[in-house]
Amino acid sequence: MTLRLIKGKIRSSKRSSKNKSVFPGIEKLPTGIEGFDQITLGGLPRGRTTLIMGEPGSGKTVFALQTIVNGARLYNEPGIFVALEENSRQIVDNAATFGWNISSLEKEKKLFILDAKISPDIAKSGDFELAGMLAGIKAKASQMGARRIVFDGIDVLLALLDDPRKERNELYHLQNWLSQSGLTGIITGKMDHGNTTMGRYGFMQFMVDCSILFHHRIMERISLREMRVAKYRGSGFAENEFSMCIGSSGIELAGVDAPDVDYKVYNDRVSSGAERLDTMLSGGYLRGSNILISGSPGTAKSTLAGLFIETACRRNEKCIYMSFDEVGSEIVRNMASVGINLAPFVKSGMLIMHSADAETRSAEEHSLILKSLIMKHQPKCLVIDPISAVIKGGGHLSTSFGAIKRLVRFIKSKGITLICASLSGTLEAEGEVEATGNQISAIADTWIHLSYLIRGGERNRALTIIKSRGTENSKQVRELILSKDGITLTDVYVVGGDVLMGTARWEKESAEKLKKNVLEIEVASKRRDLEFAEAEIKARSQSLGRELEAKKNELVLLTLKDKTYAEEQRQKSLDFLLKRGADAKVGKIVLKNFSKKEFILNKKPSGNGR
Amino acid sequence: MKSVKIKKKQDNFLLLRLYVAGETPNSQKAITNLNTIGKELPNGHKIEIVNTLDDPIRALEEGILVTPTLVIKRGPLPMRQIIGDLSDEPKVLQALGGLKKNGIRAKKAS
Repeated sequence: MTLRLIKGKIRSSKRSSKNKSVFPGIEKLPTGIEGFDQITLGGLPRGRTTLIMGEPGSGKTVFALQTIVNGARLYNEPGIFVALEENSRQIVDNAATFGWNISSLEKEKKLFILDAKISPDIAKSGDFELAGMLAGIKAKASQMGARRIVFDGIDVLLALLDDPRKERNELYHLQNWLSQSGLTGIITGKMDHGNTTMGRYGFMQFMVDCSILFHHRIMERISLREMRVAKYRGSGFAENEFSMCIGSSGIELAGVDAPDVDYKVYNDRVSSGAERLDTMLSGGYLRGSNILISGSPGTAKSTLAGLFIETACRRNEKCIYMSFDEVGSEIVRNMASVGINLAPFVKSGMLIMHSADAETRSAEEHSLILKSLIMKHQPKCLVIDPISAVIKGGGHLSTSFGAIKRLVRFIKSKGITLICASLSGTLEAEGEVEATGNQISAIADTWIHLSYLIRGGERNRALTIIKSRGTENSKQVRELILSKDGITLTDVYVVGGDVLMGTARWEKESAEKLKKNVLEIEVASKRRDLEFAEAEIKARSQSLGRELEAKKNELVLLTLKDKTYAEEQRQKSLDFLLKRGADAKVGKIVLKNFSKKEFILNKKPSGNGR
Repeated sequence: MKSVKIKKKQDNFLLLRLYVAGETPNSQKAITNLNTIGKELPNGHKIEIVNTLDDPIRALEEGILVTPTLVIKRGPLPMRQIIGDLSDEPKVLQALGGLKKNGIRAKKAS
């Protein structure tokens, strides 16, 4: 409370100094209402009267009360709230639901609620005027130094006059009184559904300096609150109709862009939790980027997101998981079945599982709830699962998308890494990518698409990175396998332009393996055959060599024999001659003949040996 | 309830206090009308005229929003208020008579 007060004071001083420099003509009074001070370039016109018109339940009273309360607690500007429609007890109770402590502000003399609800017991006889009340308020205002005043439901009181002319007259008096009082006034007035005027109080629009219209519409059974500044004398303003939401801390305007769209850019990576995927993304997701995971139902979008969250929690980073399809506890249980353990982090408060029904609120409301959750928890990582539910959920598609776009920008400005799961409509492999709202994908920095490939009677999950801004990424399809140990990414087989996965991949792998084995065996046996043949030939050639040797030896032996024989013969003949007593002459002739024979014999074996 | 000082705690005690805002036409008319009506009432009633501009905060605290407002206090009964210039005399009398007729029992029943 005190912290907020201090913060508010800083903001107020900043704002007022800014306003003075930009718009010297008109001084603005900050309402402190998120977004409103931006679209009106500073707030309501100070010292003038603003008319707030709207249908029942469109948030007029809350807006007026919030302006008063903020004035009292943030800007040190006491205020008076004249409650003509509800009694002060109701006002105090209603304010308490937004966390505004009226009683303590009243004790501090910063706020005064005037219970001006006319009791139904009061009889009316003739004409009356507001002079008495205004005199009282004036005295009260100067006593407490009030700067702001609200007349909530002035029509209730004036209706008792039962004469349009007199009612108008009193309103002129009131307006006059306000402009002289120096107070910044807010008057609320009712408007019928579908009407753009206040009926008999329509003239008030011309009277006041600033007029704001509130609408409460039902579109496709979803309640949408909108507000528009219809006129603002002496000041520029955003003329569009803005969605607004009555949240837990009062009115917030959606659709107002943050004044500074420049935000810190990170270069470090955060792990996706799946090692292979990190490699594919050259290190992981970029911090502060937003990642879209699209895919048909059951393609493990949530699992991939859950894995990211678990990994972030392990790094001691605060996380929020916002789910629309399943209840948080269900997600925790289901994740556990694939080895992703979120329960301890939920218990320790590191992780907030927030589940909501997409159809019951408009996208604006959802994003405002998420924004306040983000501001409270200050997470580093965030999952919205699925974002498609928010967009298709409640309200008008184009406004929903606008809300999401602003939400994503807000998240980015906080440096939060965001994963959006998105359901794509069709189950067909072709055209599925296109079916994931192009609009969502346009704001995504990284787009991972999960699909099924059906072949051979089974479905297998495939993961593709379609784009990844500022990241070198793999272009290849990977098969995503879920098991109780978590997520694994494996290579896929590409055969003739077809991607093989699951059993087909397994079959293909086995077939390839078999083919390889057969080839190996074939080669080995051929090699053995050849080696054997070689050995055989070698052996043969060896034996032939030996044979040759033998023959040579034989021949030598033969020659030797022949020589010996011839010698013997010569010796014999010599002996014979000697025995006969022949002379030496005879011996010489024999010897001559012998040497001739020997020559012929010597020649012959050499020719045969070849 | 907001303080209206009652001096006598008698059942038929009747106090008529008229809050006006200075000299506006409605206030002047109301004073005249109240005096006329007062003549028709039984004796013992008291008429007070309060100018809210003299002490505006007190009037506010006493629950006076518009002027003129006539506050009727009869004995221990809760106050009743009539707003306007009291030009509709039968209505004023009805409001006063209603007090007489209904009394304590009728109030309790409702």
